Amino acid sequence: MAREQVKRKKAVEPAEIPRGALLRDGKIVPNDSWIILNDIDGAPEGADVAVSITRFKAERDALLARNSGRLGVVIAAGEAVEEIAADAERFSLIFVQFPAFRDGRGFTTARLLRERYGYKGELRASGDVLEDQVFYMLRCGFDAFELIAADPEAAFARASRTFTEAYQYTGDAFVPAHRKRARRKIPE
Amino acid sequence: MYRYDEFDETIVRERVAEFTGQVARRLSGELTEDQFKPLRLMNGVYLQLHAYMLRIAVPYGVLSSRQLRRLAHIARTYDKGYGHFTTRQNLQFNWPALKDVPAILKELADVEMHCIQTSGNCIRNVTADHFAAAAADEVEDPRLWSEIIRQWSTFHPEFSYLPRKFKIAVTGAATDRAAVQTHDIGLHLRKDGAGVLRFSVYVGGGQGRIPYIAPLIKDDLTAEDLLSYLEATLRVYNRHGRRDNIHKARIKILVSSLGAEEFARQVDAEWAEIKDGVLKLPEEEVERIRAYFAPPAFETLPARSEAFEQAKAAHKDFARWTRLNAHAHKIPGYAMATISLKPIGGVPGDASDVQMEAVAAIAERYSFDEARVTHEQNLVLPHVNQDDLFAVWTALKAHDLATPNAGLVSDIIACPGLDYCDLANTRSINIAQAISEKFADLERQEKIGELKIKISGCINACGHHHVGHIGILGVDKHGEEFYQILLGGRADEKARLGKISGKGMAGEAIPDAIERVVTRYLAVRQDENERFIDAFERVGAATFEEALHGA
Repeated sequence: MAREQVKRKKAVEPAEIPRGALLRDGKIVPNDSWIILNDIDGAPEGADVAVSITRFKAERDALLARNSGRLGVVIAAGEAVEEIAADAERFSLIFVQFPAFRDGRGFTTARLLRERYGYKGELRASGDVLEDQVFYMLRCGFDAFELIAADPEAAFARASRTFTEAYQYTGDAFVPAHRKRARRKIPE
Repeated sequence: MYRYDEFDETIVRERVAEFTGQVARRLSGELTEDQFKPLRLMNGVYLQLHAYMLRIAVPYGVLSSRQLRRLAHIARTYDKGYGHFTTRQNLQFNWPALKDVPAILKELADVEMHCIQTSGNCIRNVTADHFAAAAADEVEDPRLWSEIIRQWSTFHPEFSYLPRKFKIAVTGAATDRAAVQTHDIGLHLRKDGAGVLRFSVYVGGGQGRIPYIAPLIKDDLTAEDLLSYLEATLRVYNRHGRRDNIHKARIKILVSSLGAEEFARQVDAEWAEIKDGVLKLPEEEVERIRAYFAPPAFETLPARSEAFEQAKAAHKDFARWTRLNAHAHKIPGYAMATISLKPIGGVPGDASDVQMEAVAAIAERYSFDEARVTHEQNLVLPHVNQDDLFAVWTALKAHDLATPNAGLVSDIIACPGLDYCDLANTRSINIAQAISEKFADLERQEKIGELKIKISGCINACGHHHVGHIGILGVDKHGEEFYQILLGGRADEKARLGKISGKGMAGEAIPDAIERVVTRYLAVRQDENERFIDAFERVGAATFEEALHGA
């Protein structure tokens, strides 16, 4: 049947990707300590810095040897999480970028980090992040959000309550319906 | 049929609440139309030429009488008194007001229905063989597997923002009536030599502007691995499907550019990581869902119904209808009946509120309270006692629902075309009507036999023109409606794409052109058992093309 036409989007440069208000545990964090470095500038002493996968691979040993400030990495849409998987536990924060609302690659990236590579640090959704993706992002393992909304805390609160039941395992706390059904067997 | 338990009920109700909030944000202006679009699309709300259109999911085409009555009520209350059954086994309303959509969703939820994932770049409503659990050639009921897939795919958090829409079809019979090889994933169920259920998995079929018949990428999938294999396939697609060009974003393009073998290898690599995990399908859950699809209380009947034989002998019209629209059932003494939504000169797939009520009453009384929607835009009564067929026919006839043309030249699939659709280049409905009227003589139609005509009003191919025995594609030629004709396509287990034949033609010329092709077929067929498509494949395209273009 009829389809919607979607205008072709031009590739979004990282610098153009919007960034919303940082939320952790549903609350606005006014002073984000993290700096996203470009691939040229040095890391300021003592700062928490995140670098691209390219830079991390080029300067891995030096970055890991820094003895002040924490280290993070930025995974752009389309980049393979496997590139940094072996070092996942060395990061305190991983940014997963959503260059456009429609671009769902970051959901897979998040699940692989959490479920396959055992990443335990902060997993932050960054970019074109709107209220309507938040529930799915939570289910895929994100725990920090740069949320674009008029009232980000209210939007987050609404979004996180979207559903109270789920059908799938995604590595989060939801017990899927079929598992609950198996458990609730009532004696005849 | 499947019934919601508290989990399904909760999820659907919460979805109604969420979408109600989204509509309120749109109506208040908090959301722009651009921001609202992907949200409404995920709930089946399209903005069409004249109005919003609402697409209601009919999971794998199964409807109860209660649900049909509710659809009739919605048509009457919120629309113009009719609905349109689609090639996705869904129902579309063409004229609802956006402000009424939350109320409609609530009315649907009351009868365990919804519009979840009927559009948007997510896993769409699963389709299946409309003769499920009734056809004599069935190996396994596709409905329960469709329901398992429905649950797994509903609000799947990882796969709700795919590169493009994603359609899964399931069939469990030797004859493929669900066109599985033209879907993103087609599942063909069979039993192996040891009697174990196996899934043949076809991936990367599709129509649209670049059509593909799906290659087989796995032939021996077992039931317990179904969901992990689907998840692996979707994951490869979500990661690697193209997002830079909407016309190349379907999985068919990924499969074709990698090659089926390499694509299968990537799926296997991902699958190896997850197949022995939480997605392993527990036997008890399969059996729990299977129980919902337990056969109805069939009576033990003689294979031959005397009442049926007598009625056929006494009523020639009824006899013709049973030859064409009644089909062999696996239980002796029963039949399946196709309710044609293709009256001569009518709009394919449309049904009025009164007709929906009538079908509900007939299904309740004569078909164990169940009706089906077919991808060919008809309805089916799956389980009718042959003794009752005459009463069923009489009741259908009273509502113009007994046209004896299932599978014939006037049983045409047509997209809504330029009468409704925002994307269409040309009208489709008027072409279907003109062909139908050209071949109005029902006796002649029966003599011609099976001939599937499928019409799309643009290259997006919603009317399945690529796989019509005769396909008709509307194109815009310097602002005029113009049509290209394709010959030799088929959507069954021997699926094949039709080929465009020569120059196109104006809409007015089509009925006569089809007539010439039909006349040629009648001249070349070996006997009346040789169907159009068989004769086409035996004789070759040339003679039919020659007839088409009037040589």
